[in-house]
Amino acid sequence: METKKNPLSLQLNLNPDDFLPASKDEKESLVIMRESVSFWKDGFRRLRKNKVAMICIAIILVIMIFAFVVPSFYPYTYKDQIIGANNLKPMTYSADEQARIAAGEEVFPHFLGTDKMGRDYAIRVMMGTRISLLVGLIAAAIILVIGSIYGSVAAFAGGWVDLVMMRIVDIIYTIPDVLLIVLLSFAIQDPLKKLAEIPGFNWVNVVGENMISIFIVFALLYWVGMARMVRSQILTLKESEYVTAARALGASSSRIIKNHLLTNCIGTLIVTTTLQIPSSIFTESFLSFLGLGVAVPMPSLGSLASDAINGLNTNPHQLFIPAFVISMIILSFNLLGDGLRDAFDPKLKN
Amino acid sequence: MGKYITKRIILAIVTIWAVATITFCLMNLVPGGPFLSEKAISPAATEALEAKYGLDKPFYERYLTYISGALHGDFGDSLKQRGRTVMDIISSKFPVSAKVGGIAVLMSLLLGIPLGVLAAYKRGTWVDSLFSVIATCGIAVPSFVICTLLMYAFGVKMKILPTLGLTSWQNYLMPVFALSAYPTSYIMRLMRSSMLDVLGQDYMRTAKAKGVSQKVALFKHALRNAILPVITYLGPMIAYTLTGSFIVEKIFTIPGLGGEFIKAINGRDYTMIMGTTIFLATFMIIMNVIVDIVYKIVDPRITLK
Repeated sequence: METKKNPLSLQLNLNPDDFLPASKDEKESLVIMRESVSFWKDGFRRLRKNKVAMICIAIILVIMIFAFVVPSFYPYTYKDQIIGANNLKPMTYSADEQARIAAGEEVFPHFLGTDKMGRDYAIRVMMGTRISLLVGLIAAAIILVIGSIYGSVAAFAGGWVDLVMMRIVDIIYTIPDVLLIVLLSFAIQDPLKKLAEIPGFNWVNVVGENMISIFIVFALLYWVGMARMVRSQILTLKESEYVTAARALGASSSRIIKNHLLTNCIGTLIVTTTLQIPSSIFTESFLSFLGLGVAVPMPSLGSLASDAINGLNTNPHQLFIPAFVISMIILSFNLLGDGLRDAFDPKLKN
Repeated sequence: MGKYITKRIILAIVTIWAVATITFCLMNLVPGGPFLSEKAISPAATEALEAKYGLDKPFYERYLTYISGALHGDFGDSLKQRGRTVMDIISSKFPVSAKVGGIAVLMSLLLGIPLGVLAAYKRGTWVDSLFSVIATCGIAVPSFVICTLLMYAFGVKMKILPTLGLTSWQNYLMPVFALSAYPTSYIMRLMRSSMLDVLGQDYMRTAKAKGVSQKVALFKHALRNAILPVITYLGPMIAYTLTGSFIVEKIFTIPGLGGEFIKAINGRDYTMIMGTTIFLATFMIIMNVIVDIVYKIVDPRITLK
């Protein structure tokens, strides 16, 4: 029976099919659900969108390949002196090598020439980069560990423990760092030499006393900044409810620090560590430049630049190349650190 | 305020004492001595010299003698530069470093602050990008690289600037530029980021709504609030720059305190090391106290305790 509907009525036109149970497909199409985005995923997604940071990562990777992989199959080594090949210009050969080429032999070119002792400069720059990167990475790791533990303990304990611990930080901050570095590296050298003679500690010789003393000095000196940073973060974090809850559940202080507090300032830790790497490389090159860094014949970028200053008139490229590499490394790590801060700092999210 | 300053002074004395003690211990832990490297003199003469300067006495006795001397303002004679007291040397070398450093500090303030403000004001434009590239380079390139590049370009290739000493005003150009490159870039970045924070504040909108001109809003309302991080950075920065950079002084052969300090460390000139360290530490601490007080003047909301 056809009933005429009033055109102004709000009554719906329904038929019984509308009341059938929904099929599985229909149900799924209506579910609005997104995969939950974790802190890391969110951060990396934002990092990947940052073009500058991605270019920096690429540059750092390329530099690392040259520093760690290429030297193992490069035909020259950083300490072998090629007789008669002193201060060659890039892509030139010594008289001896030219004779060998004339005789039909293949001679691997000196891409960057040689230094005044006749050592291939390209491999020296690569080894120098390796040393500088190692110093930066290891020092940053040591500083991360010491600084975060010290800072979090000081902040968590509070009261006079905090006061005394932070006074110690102030004192270390006030002593001129060059003085401490020089005195400590002299003071450490003798005990290290003795240590190297004890069987089982041969690795001291392999790594080199100077390198170890640089690590120890960095570890003793530069954790201060990290400690201050972590302390200020934890001071605010320790008032959070989840810390009270954890304590009510009977968690120990070390567990709260490890599982709750440090994991919550992980963003700051990543950023500060990334920014610590260039500043360690900076300090190492500065020390090598003053002649206090790694031992000869081992090169570092700073000592290469320092050695090249005397020959600035005749061989300026010997200064420019290490100077360029070191600037590139520091620049890339700095920009990467900025990118990481943009990606992982929740305050800068929008 | 008075109570605060008294507290800071007491803390400063404790810190300086701790610094002096640590330096004294470390210095004596290090093998070798000031007179060992001089091969020309006989063992007897070395002993006589050590006796003259009291180096043959036991460690704690020397420490007590030194500290009581220092408390009376007597920092001893230099062990290497015979016949000159440590105070003499510091007071003749410090002005040289302070002059170059002072110009560099002024330069970095006069350039860094306005450029940072401009970058924040023109955020997102090519001006901002250009300044941020310059600032990042200024931070990334180590000072010895800047020094040697300047030296090569202007001193060796073009030969338009003198490379040695400090005789004319042209001599100051390169060291001042090299010294101020890092602080200028750093101040520029600090200024830009804190200015961006401030420009987003409600009172800036209020100022604009009241009809305050752009210039007044920027330089009176915003700058005063945004400059605080720069002031914090200024304390240690001034202390480090005025007391001389070892690198810049070494490369441009400036007879300043920084070079003197390195010389003293390498030659184990014990009294000179102690004197310079105490001087640097005191200077640093005084600068930090001044910064705290300036902080209070700039931002009355801050209470010192």
